[in-house]
Amino acid sequence: MTSILSVNQVSKTYGSGQRALDHVDLEIRRGEIFALLGPNGAGKTTLISIICGIVTPSSGTILVDGHDAIRSPREARSKIGLVPQEISVDMFSTVESTLRFSRGLFGKGPNDAHLEQVLKDLSLWDKRKAQIRELSGGMKRRVLIAKALSHEPDILFLDEPTAGVDVSLRRDMWKMIGGLRERGTTIILTTHYIEEAEEMADRVGVINKGQLLLVEDKAELMKKLGKRELDLSLADPLEAIPPGLDEWHLSLEDEGHRLRYTFDAQAERTGIPSLLRKLAELGIGFKDLDTSKSSLEDIFVDLVERKDEETVA
Amino acid sequence: MTGVNIHGIWAIYKFEMARTLRTLWQSIVTPVVTTSLYFIVFGMGMGAHIKPIHDIAYGSFIVPGLIMLSLLTQSVANASIGIYFPKFTGTIFELLSAPISAVELVVGYVGAAATKSVVIGLIILATSVLFVPLRVDHPLAMIAFLLLTSIAFSMFGFIIGIWAKGFEQLNVVPALVLTPLTFLGGSFYPLSYLPQPWHTVSLFNPVAYLISGFRWAFFGDVGDIDVRWSLGFTTGFLLLCMGVIWLIFRTGYRLKS
Repeated sequence: MTSILSVNQVSKTYGSGQRALDHVDLEIRRGEIFALLGPNGAGKTTLISIICGIVTPSSGTILVDGHDAIRSPREARSKIGLVPQEISVDMFSTVESTLRFSRGLFGKGPNDAHLEQVLKDLSLWDKRKAQIRELSGGMKRRVLIAKALSHEPDILFLDEPTAGVDVSLRRDMWKMIGGLRERGTTIILTTHYIEEAEEMADRVGVINKGQLLLVEDKAELMKKLGKRELDLSLADPLEAIPPGLDEWHLSLEDEGHRLRYTFDAQAERTGIPSLLRKLAELGIGFKDLDTSKSSLEDIFVDLVERKDEETVA
Repeated sequence: MTGVNIHGIWAIYKFEMARTLRTLWQSIVTPVVTTSLYFIVFGMGMGAHIKPIHDIAYGSFIVPGLIMLSLLTQSVANASIGIYFPKFTGTIFELLSAPISAVELVVGYVGAAATKSVVIGLIILATSVLFVPLRVDHPLAMIAFLLLTSIAFSMFGFIIGIWAKGFEQLNVVPALVLTPLTFLGGSFYPLSYLPQPWHTVSLFNPVAYLISGFRWAFFGDVGDIDVRWSLGFTTGFLLLCMGVIWLIFRTGYRLKS
């Protein structure tokens, strides 16, 4: 798959001396959904703002579909649509007029059919004559997405698109984003909701303290770093883990009612059969067992914490 | 995308003009009513008891100065609020991320602000005819001064809008600098009426050159300053504003971090 966006060695140090990005390299593939994860202040919004031309990088280069974003900003920016994190829109404009404004600003002539389609896709058609200040928070967020789509971008940046949005609207948005991908739009989203990335993304990037810690195919990442857990509900509670079970590094949960075994799902030997045999040997019975795999959130937290520990060390 | 972003310029222009129409009372009616009050008080009321200046009735004499007063304040106010408001509400992100050049952005905002000012100026001119007798000796020069001044001061307003960090700063320059300079620049009297050294001091007031030149377009050679100086100053101020705006966009001053 070809690359539509290349970020090369991009760094940003603000006037205050704060280093927001540190030599970030990133390749975005054409047509994919890429999720950029990171805690608050990690540098997600700064990275997006630099790519979109809102913030000037201290160093590095950015190519948007082959166009240098700094030397040829007009060509580069015409490919990009941005949905910002904050609801920043002229509240006195009507939905329809604000879409026409965005389309014009990006150098596109009027196209009523396209705007109608965008408004209908986002369930805003009935509200097209309404002033934006009259709309609910969720509707306003949809307007921001509609504005970004009004000029038919090849790349769509969604900065925390579902922040403060109720569950059903969030699902609608995921569906809409999926539909955009099917039509060939490349989507880059930042999110705090790991389930959002887990649900939609093809690839995931984790950023923390201005450094891109990893970029990985979501499924590969979960396979590579994903841990599984075996939970055994004990017939009789234990006060402590018997010494004979040391080699499995078990943990005792739920006031001794549950034994938890964490194992690598990809390992040749999971250690489960031997554990079960040992339990039988020691006369420890169990009523039920359950397995679960770690979520992207667990992987993300693990990665960030590990990196923090490395930094401290 | 190559060439000039005509759609972008038009989008900004239309947006700004729509804002004017949304606030019609504040944008157009208020300045017209205020200036009409000046005509009634200074032109028809007190003016009837003031002797003519260069054979021009006092009420007529103050027309160019009053139009210039409105033109300057409206140009600065319209353009400064036009660019300040997106900064205040956060919608500036869309302007900065759009494929639109600094020149195109300025043409859109300054064009709309200047259009509004010229419309107000022309309405005040038409209103003045209802109150005082008026002649325009050099109509083309009048239009040229009207356009040049409104464009130059709209650019000045644009600079203030970018510089301002709050509504107070936005209002401080028009209220504390522009209005006094206009009042002291010969709006209501010829500079020659002032005793020395105030007459010489007045020649350092840039607005005096605008008012004098504009008055020349109406009544011919009755101004305090040679019309060529007036034209030269207005053009020079326009070029200075262009230079400052170029520098702002080059450095991203108060627009980009």
